[in-house]
Amino acid sequence: MLQKKTVPEMQALAKRMRREIVEMIGAAKSGHPGGSLSAVELVVTLYFDVMRHDPANPKWPDRDRFILSKGHAAPVLYTAMAEAGYTPRDQLNTLRKLGSMYQGHPDVRFLPALEASTGSLGEGVSLALGMALAARLNGSPSRTYVMLGDGEIQEGQVWEGAMFGAYHKVDNVVAIVDYNGIQLDGFVKDIMEVKPLADKWRAFGWHAIEIDGHDIPSIQAAFQEAARTKGVPTAVIAHTVKGKGVSFMENNPKFHGTAPTPDELKLALQELQ
Amino acid sequence: MIPANTKFDPKLGMATREAFGKALVEAGRRNKDVVVLDADLSKSTYTSLFHHEFPDRFFSCGIAEANMVAIAAGFAYAGKIPVAASFSCFVVNKGFEQLRVTVAYPNLNVKIVGTHSGISIGEDGPSQMSVEETALACSLPGFVVLSPADEVSTTALVHAAIHHVGPVFIRTGRMKAPVVYPAEQKFEIGKAVELIDGSDVTVIATGLLVAEAIRAQEALEAQGISVRVIDFHTVKPLDRETIARAAAETRAIVVAEEHLVDGGLGVRVAQVVAETHPCVMEFVGLQTYAESGSPEQLLDKYGLMSRDVIAAVHRVLARKK
Repeated sequence: MLQKKTVPEMQALAKRMRREIVEMIGAAKSGHPGGSLSAVELVVTLYFDVMRHDPANPKWPDRDRFILSKGHAAPVLYTAMAEAGYTPRDQLNTLRKLGSMYQGHPDVRFLPALEASTGSLGEGVSLALGMALAARLNGSPSRTYVMLGDGEIQEGQVWEGAMFGAYHKVDNVVAIVDYNGIQLDGFVKDIMEVKPLADKWRAFGWHAIEIDGHDIPSIQAAFQEAARTKGVPTAVIAHTVKGKGVSFMENNPKFHGTAPTPDELKLALQELQ
Repeated sequence: MIPANTKFDPKLGMATREAFGKALVEAGRRNKDVVVLDADLSKSTYTSLFHHEFPDRFFSCGIAEANMVAIAAGFAYAGKIPVAASFSCFVVNKGFEQLRVTVAYPNLNVKIVGTHSGISIGEDGPSQMSVEETALACSLPGFVVLSPADEVSTTALVHAAIHHVGPVFIRTGRMKAPVVYPAEQKFEIGKAVELIDGSDVTVIATGLLVAEAIRAQEALEAQGISVRVIDFHTVKPLDRETIARAAAETRAIVVAEEHLVDGGLGVRVAQVVAETHPCVMEFVGLQTYAESGSPEQLLDKYGLMSRDVIAAVHRVLARKK
């Protein structure tokens, strides 16, 4: 099992992962920095505090699992896996290059330690429910965490899955919505409003918790509450800032899917010292 | 192989969907990792039989096929052997994106069973009729696509599908199907069954059209035409060797299927013929959507009877040099 980190250690790691994220996307000259940066604290807290997993034994049957349903934020997952020891850190900058284990979207063919191939939005909740029910049948303590984008929940399959999860009482699943308010074409409210988010999940029979998605103690508390919640699945609505940590990327729809130029990268790395 | 000089007079057996449902229960007894998902059609797909015996391993998905397919993928990631069933038209069409990204792309051990394939569902009409499924399922890399003709082949192929590691799609029908095979017949995924030997022309058939092809062979034999009949219960991967041999030896091939000709078994066979021993070919299949009617009326009107196979054989022999 991976050694848990303290909150200050995770805060320092979050900053380092942000540097790695902008560097790898800069090197790739394409990618999605905004939604990777918004999810850093959530992913760090899962990988270095909440989840029971073992980088030396990635297929341990009773491990907790993480699915990045918003697969375009692959860099945040890759940096977490590299920092945890699943994959080499020194190859992060091969992101999106031919043959790289760090494919443009998570791909189990190239990186078997991933829990799922993702990239087509709306599918992760369903995958998580299947994995969680398999764990239940096996009498395993394994829990499955699935991260969604706020734009992603416009996909109808998410709500098919939400209905299923409540009906089948899949309480070993936690959905995390990275609620950063921006999708590719602009602000979510200008494309297809998703408010009121927590109420939607509650209406579908889930326990919903709203938190500041950059505050690690709040994230820890939310996942502890989810683990105590029996009979229904939990949705964590994490309010975040798209592009968090890099001033010119924050709340800027341009950086949903645009790589920093070499000059922008230099600036971003200075800000993330 | 059917013995020579036997009049083909098959008894009507179970529908292939019912044979699937019964085989699935037996598969569940043999392997506790088999789990079943259904989308509010379990009485029609016969997964209700599995539900009755194994309630803990049956998951009702409601009318939500896309979610069902991806949940099946989740089960497979965790080491289970999920079988997801619905009408073919719904599970393949509404679930296609999930079949592509969550099943085929990571090459997961998911079994998809479509029932009520083709136009022989009858009165419900084209919105419920699956006539594109072979094209769609065969387009997915890594998928095995099975299309059994009767209860014997369905039972054997359901067990073969469970044993096979990787994605499988099985198409089954609503109507009771003539029993083509003796109970002891052995089947192997990817190995076509040569039912009748012949030298003038080959008829390759799948599903319900296998029985029609045998009927056609009898009528043609009376006309002095020697017809080879082959059941392609596996549409993918194709038995290339059997196709190449038929093309080389009979130099004329008719393919018959209850599916759109576009993207069906016929065009897949034609590719192998073109790559091996090019010869004349004709195709018995659908050109467009059908309508409401009794199954018999529809098979008659839309040209999927032994009569239509016979006409295609005459056409192909007229073109054979």
